[in-house]
Amino acid sequence: MTGPRRIRSTPFVHEEKPLSFTFDGVAMQGLAGDTLASALLANDVHLVGRSFKYHRPRGVMSAGPEEANALVGVRRGPGRFEPNARATMQELYEGLSAESQNRWPSLRFDVGAASGLASRFLPAGFYYKTFMWPRWGWRRVYEPAIRRAAGLGKAPVDPDPDRYVNQYAHCDILIIGAGAAGLSAGIAAADAGARVIICDERARPGGGLLTEASDTIGDTTAREWGDQAISHLKTAENVTLLPRTTAFGYYGQNYVCLAERLTDHLAKPPDGAPRERLWQVRAKQIILCAGAIERPLLFPNNDRPGVMLSGAGRTYLNQFGVASGRRVVVATNNDAACRAALDLIEAGVEVAAIADMRTSPDGPATCALRDHGVTVYAGAALSGARGRTRVSAVTVAALNDDQRHETTIACDAVLTSGGWTPSVHLYSQAAGKLNWRDDVGAFVPEDTIEDFHCAGACRGVFSLFECVEDGARAALRALKALGFGSAATARPSAQPLAGSVDSPVVAATPASDAPYTNGMTFVDLQNDVTAKDIGLAVQEGFRSVEHVKRYTTNGMATDQGKTSNINGLAIAAQRQGLTAEAAGLTTFRPPYTPVTFGALAHAARDLGLDPVRRTAIDPWAAEQGAVFEDVGQWKRARYFPKEGETMLEAVARECAATRASAGLFDASTLGKIEVVGPDAAEFMNRMYTNPWKGLKPGRCRYGLMLGEDGFIYDDGVVGRIDEDRFHVTTTTGGAARVMAHMEDYLQTELPELDVWLTSTSEQWSVIALNGPNARRILEPLVDDIDLDKDVFPHMSVRLGHMLGVPIRLFRVSFTGELGFEVNAPAEYGLSIWTALMETGRAYNLTPYGTEAMHVMRAEKGYIIIGQDTDGTVTPNDAGMAWAVGKKKKDFVGKRSLSRPDIEATNRKQLVGLRMRKPSFVAEEGAQVLPAEGLGAPLGHVTSSYWSAALNRSIALALIEGGHETMGAAVRVTTDGAPVAAEICETVFYDKEGARVNA
Amino acid sequence: MLLIVCPYCGERSELEFTNAGEAHIRRPSDPSALSDEAWAAFLFYRSNPKGTHAERWRHTHGCGKFFNALRDTRTDRIVATYKIGQPAPMVETGAPDAATPRMAGRP
Amino acid sequence: MGGEHSVFALIKGGLTGHRSWARQWRDAAPKAAYDVVIIGGGGHGLATAYYLAKRHGLTKIAVLERGWIGGGNTGRNTTIIRSNYLYDESAALYDYALKLWEDLSQELNYNVMFSPRGVLMLAHSVHDVQSAQRHIHANRVNGVDNEWLTTAEVKAFCPPLNTSPDARYPVLGGALQRRGGTARHDAVAWGYARAASALGVDIIQKCEATGVRRDASGAIEGVETSRGFIKTRKIGVVAAGHTSLVMQMAGQSMPLESYPLQALVSEPVKPVLPCVVMSNTVHGYISQSDKGELVIGAGTDQYISYGQRGSFHVIEETLAAICEMFPIFSRMRMLRSWGGIVDVTPDRSPIISKTPVKGLYVNCGWGTGGFKATPGSGAVFAATIANDDPHPIAAPYALERFRTGRLIDEAAAAAVAH
Repeated sequence: MTGPRRIRSTPFVHEEKPLSFTFDGVAMQGLAGDTLASALLANDVHLVGRSFKYHRPRGVMSAGPEEANALVGVRRGPGRFEPNARATMQELYEGLSAESQNRWPSLRFDVGAASGLASRFLPAGFYYKTFMWPRWGWRRVYEPAIRRAAGLGKAPVDPDPDRYVNQYAHCDILIIGAGAAGLSAGIAAADAGARVIICDERARPGGGLLTEASDTIGDTTAREWGDQAISHLKTAENVTLLPRTTAFGYYGQNYVCLAERLTDHLAKPPDGAPRERLWQVRAKQIILCAGAIERPLLFPNNDRPGVMLSGAGRTYLNQFGVASGRRVVVATNNDAACRAALDLIEAGVEVAAIADMRTSPDGPATCALRDHGVTVYAGAALSGARGRTRVSAVTVAALNDDQRHETTIACDAVLTSGGWTPSVHLYSQAAGKLNWRDDVGAFVPEDTIEDFHCAGACRGVFSLFECVEDGARAALRALKALGFGSAATARPSAQPLAGSVDSPVVAATPASDAPYTNGMTFVDLQNDVTAKDIGLAVQEGFRSVEHVKRYTTNGMATDQGKTSNINGLAIAAQRQGLTAEAAGLTTFRPPYTPVTFGALAHAARDLGLDPVRRTAIDPWAAEQGAVFEDVGQWKRARYFPKEGETMLEAVARECAATRASAGLFDASTLGKIEVVGPDAAEFMNRMYTNPWKGLKPGRCRYGLMLGEDGFIYDDGVVGRIDEDRFHVTTTTGGAARVMAHMEDYLQTELPELDVWLTSTSEQWSVIALNGPNARRILEPLVDDIDLDKDVFPHMSVRLGHMLGVPIRLFRVSFTGELGFEVNAPAEYGLSIWTALMETGRAYNLTPYGTEAMHVMRAEKGYIIIGQDTDGTVTPNDAGMAWAVGKKKKDFVGKRSLSRPDIEATNRKQLVGLRMRKPSFVAEEGAQVLPAEGLGAPLGHVTSSYWSAALNRSIALALIEGGHETMGAAVRVTTDGAPVAAEICETVFYDKEGARVNA
Repeated sequence: MLLIVCPYCGERSELEFTNAGEAHIRRPSDPSALSDEAWAAFLFYRSNPKGTHAERWRHTHGCGKFFNALRDTRTDRIVATYKIGQPAPMVETGAPDAATPRMAGRP
Repeated sequence: MGGEHSVFALIKGGLTGHRSWARQWRDAAPKAAYDVVIIGGGGHGLATAYYLAKRHGLTKIAVLERGWIGGGNTGRNTTIIRSNYLYDESAALYDYALKLWEDLSQELNYNVMFSPRGVLMLAHSVHDVQSAQRHIHANRVNGVDNEWLTTAEVKAFCPPLNTSPDARYPVLGGALQRRGGTARHDAVAWGYARAASALGVDIIQKCEATGVRRDASGAIEGVETSRGFIKTRKIGVVAAGHTSLVMQMAGQSMPLESYPLQALVSEPVKPVLPCVVMSNTVHGYISQSDKGELVIGAGTDQYISYGQRGSFHVIEETLAAICEMFPIFSRMRMLRSWGGIVDVTPDRSPIISKTPVKGLYVNCGWGTGGFKATPGSGAVFAATIANDDPHPIAAPYALERFRTGRLIDEAAAAAVAH
């Protein structure tokens, strides 16, 4: 046996497999099958942590996900530190290393515990009432102190090396919880042939079946029945049984998310194995069999290590063979805790006394205890506990005794039970209605909602036998809704079983009847919320349960109030003279238990946040040492530095080479849309400000697109390939939304137009060849297109071939130089690019990136949507009234252009800016101020560059009434004093446009 | 996560769809005839109901079609979907919500 | 009202069992008539009532709340406070609010835990940098602090952030507003309620407005409620996600849509994140509360809803963004998530306005960012109601702008480039 308190063997822990682990550096041994909590208890370690506010010593209080105290840090190598792990859920593995939290320097001697001495001055909400003086005090003194005190564990400090994965799944029936009800439902559903997913948060399915050691179902023991059910489901092909999998949230229309923990229980996870798997399940039917969580009874010092829930005590004994103490006192308001006491006695543990709040408990378990000679105090409750790091005695007092006579009983463990709270979280998230039931002392599902059923303890059915029956019934309802066979064939194998023991009756006595006036009685053990705190909140006018929760923080710790919400609610209701039912319930918010960020981020962590889009030419650019920038999901080559060059130098060189001879630019990221059909020109007329009907096939036009609000939405050159075919280009970032925008109008407003839209962005590589020598470089490579400037003028498009590859060749320019854009099928993009570079070598053909492109287009006053416009700019503001078809009756956005504030003359308009000092390059985004005085800013600089061609800086700006103030002096903000500048035309270079028409 | 029945493709996850705002707001055939107020109403004013909402969706990562849906904005449940151009089907919209406003006095 | 809040009062309370703490605000029952009725008991509504009483000397004021005060977006937001908005109108409004935040705890005698720990807005692309610079220059001209941090400076200011050049969208720098930060959201509602109640304002919970009564001239005559008719000549509607519904009671359609906005917190941990971090490109924002929880938010869902929930993929996308920015948080756990209902205008800027109905005023459309404006919103709306004339800061936010086209489009101004 490992550990002094392991008093017997069970089928679930393996004595032949001892495991070594450490807690705060102390080496101990446990068994395979243990949780960290059971292993610690086996070693008689009860003190496992310190509380949030008062740093009170705390021990293991549960055996499940509801644990509020036993939170530890688990460390498993670099980057694999996990704070706030619940010792009750953490499976033991060889070498596990755990540490306690929220204590310094050590768990036993914690300096922070001093705050416990001041506890009477720190009631609920104390921080709202003080720390306000002096004014600077909060930020500099009080808040840092509070922040240091707050928080339990420490955040990891290294990036998480683990993988997380995601699985979408569909099923007929999702069963949440594999206890008696869930297994029974699973068998019925599986045997009927339904596709079933059944999940359970524990390592071992079975729920209460594992603990009810002595119960029988039919002629087998509960455990055997459970084992048979599990192996039946494991072998059924239509069933997916997921242990260690928590259904944590319901997200509408039977969409449920599950978190499956895959490796946290392994000493050495396989290389590359994912740590967790997120399941996103759409189920036709859901059966919630999530069980119930026991509530503690409240009494002063009820937080002492050694005080735990009765069910937990029973689980540690029956499932792990661990006794929670040598001499145990049981406090209860129901029979189930008495059965825990009986189990302890049978295992040889001394039960010192039972304090039962019921005035005349006479259930079978109570009778059996009396037969064993145990003193049963009826109508009594605990009135206090002694001991600091471990309970050493409790006092018992009669509930109706005004004199408060107390009997002191020495003990080293206390099991308490205030009844069970059904785990209705997912049902409630699915908008299921809850009713208060006095006999359960909790809210219970009212009824089945559509396609969502509850079975077993989560709907207030507590005996094993009834749970089995209830699960089968729920499965039959679900199967019926799915149209599966007749009820007869679907009867579960569990059907003939009969209950053999009494069902634990849950008493109606509210937990809050326990005396709580002397000392600190904790309701929320983790957040250190006392019964007094809740009373104070009510006294101060916090009446709504949500207010009480927020003011006291009751139920807001990592356990989300699983053991504290109902008790807190009962106290708040009692203080207001209300029934718990009238007081209502706080919202059940997902997740049911905390879920790792990694699992929720899954694919983004595994595969990258966003896909990376790359053009066909990117590999070449990368090879040349290009520096890339992110533009949407695209990587674009920004500049091509030569050895030792700065960005500025590289860009100046690229611009100069292009203007002097030729440059090559990868424009493949531009959006491309093929607009085809008899009504294509009419459609274009409606979508763009420009007129399209007069554009001849083979010619191009700059198209300007507005939103219906009249502001510039997108732009791009459009080539008319044929009468019924347009090759539309869009901005890189706008490609998808322009396509959606066009589809929207075509499908919903203009369905009478016979037009087809196809996104061709990925189909074409676009290579822009610009510069005075562009034609000379291109000519030898083009098979069948006449490049002569008279037959192929600026703003034209031709279809033909280049190196045998079919291309669309545009004669367009975004640099102001003679320019061609080769549109070639993407798979040939790279070969054409390299062929051009080869031919161009004689002409110093220079690849340039987006930065040089930006400079050259700015020299020509060409705008970039999203940089020189910002969603509040009209065509007139941008100086592009010329692009608006005056004779057109309507187009998208036209009506908005005649609204009062859009027609105003003092709008911000696009102009050029010349710095008084030519060498000064203004910052993009700098504000433009009046030449003197403190007047409001006139606008801002949208684009600003050093122009190698002009040997000075240039800038574009949006300036109030700018079009009418040419030549005006202004100032531009800098990091220091504003500098002088002058408003000018937007075209800085080759105003006549001779070069582009060359 | 909504479950949406595309009238062309059938039942699919919300991930495949893009919401496109309130339905049945027909673009005026001659916007220039509208007052600024009427144009603003077309552009910006929406019914925003607590209850059944007729709205447009596009099966962006599917057939690409726009269609209309009736959805209860209290529960998010989609009650019906139908093709563009079809009238909204008559559906049982359930009990009026407690917060459903009633008019008092003059409009 | 329960005596002054101070450390001395706490000590006295500690020695006397805290029996002397009185109700923080009176639980008023509706009277027959008020000078002003505010519909909506969130932070903005309570602040409006407080400033009406405090600055404009009105005494007969009621705040109607259908549930419990502060239970809507006030208690559901991620508590970020900043004023580094681009346009002059926005900077004026939000910086006015920020200045009120700086003294709010003392003004209300209630510690709202305003914590100017700095709001850092990351830039991940050349376009982000341009946009950040534009904001910084514009803010400085408007007297709003905002400064550019290089990547190294960003790392120094926020050590847990991943600033590696290998990130999918590397951090190229950030705009830091040092005066920005967070506050304790519930305390804002409770503090305003307590202070307003002390000035005589009736805070009436569980009282739902069910109709608006107007006289023969069309002017406001009173409000029908679940607790009877209340006579008043002035109604201020501050109903956030439910504004459309309340305004419809007065026959007024609104340029609003109500969307779910989700947020979440992690389990609490010791201090690890010293400031507020926001990113538009890697879409998410995060701070750490004084309780130790990481407080995380993202964008709205795509469809309108009154359900106070949202779709799961928004949570996935948000945490993908957070893990991208902070790979060390991957093993942290989501503790609690929830949804609010945010009312969104076409230009994403609020409406603080008179209406075509005499005596009806509306304050809405705060979308995803209303918490930070709470004090300023309340103050300028109170002035607008009291004077029946827009406060100068509120004037640009009139409903009229949707007719004239003079929108204040902060979202468009952050437009995606090329």
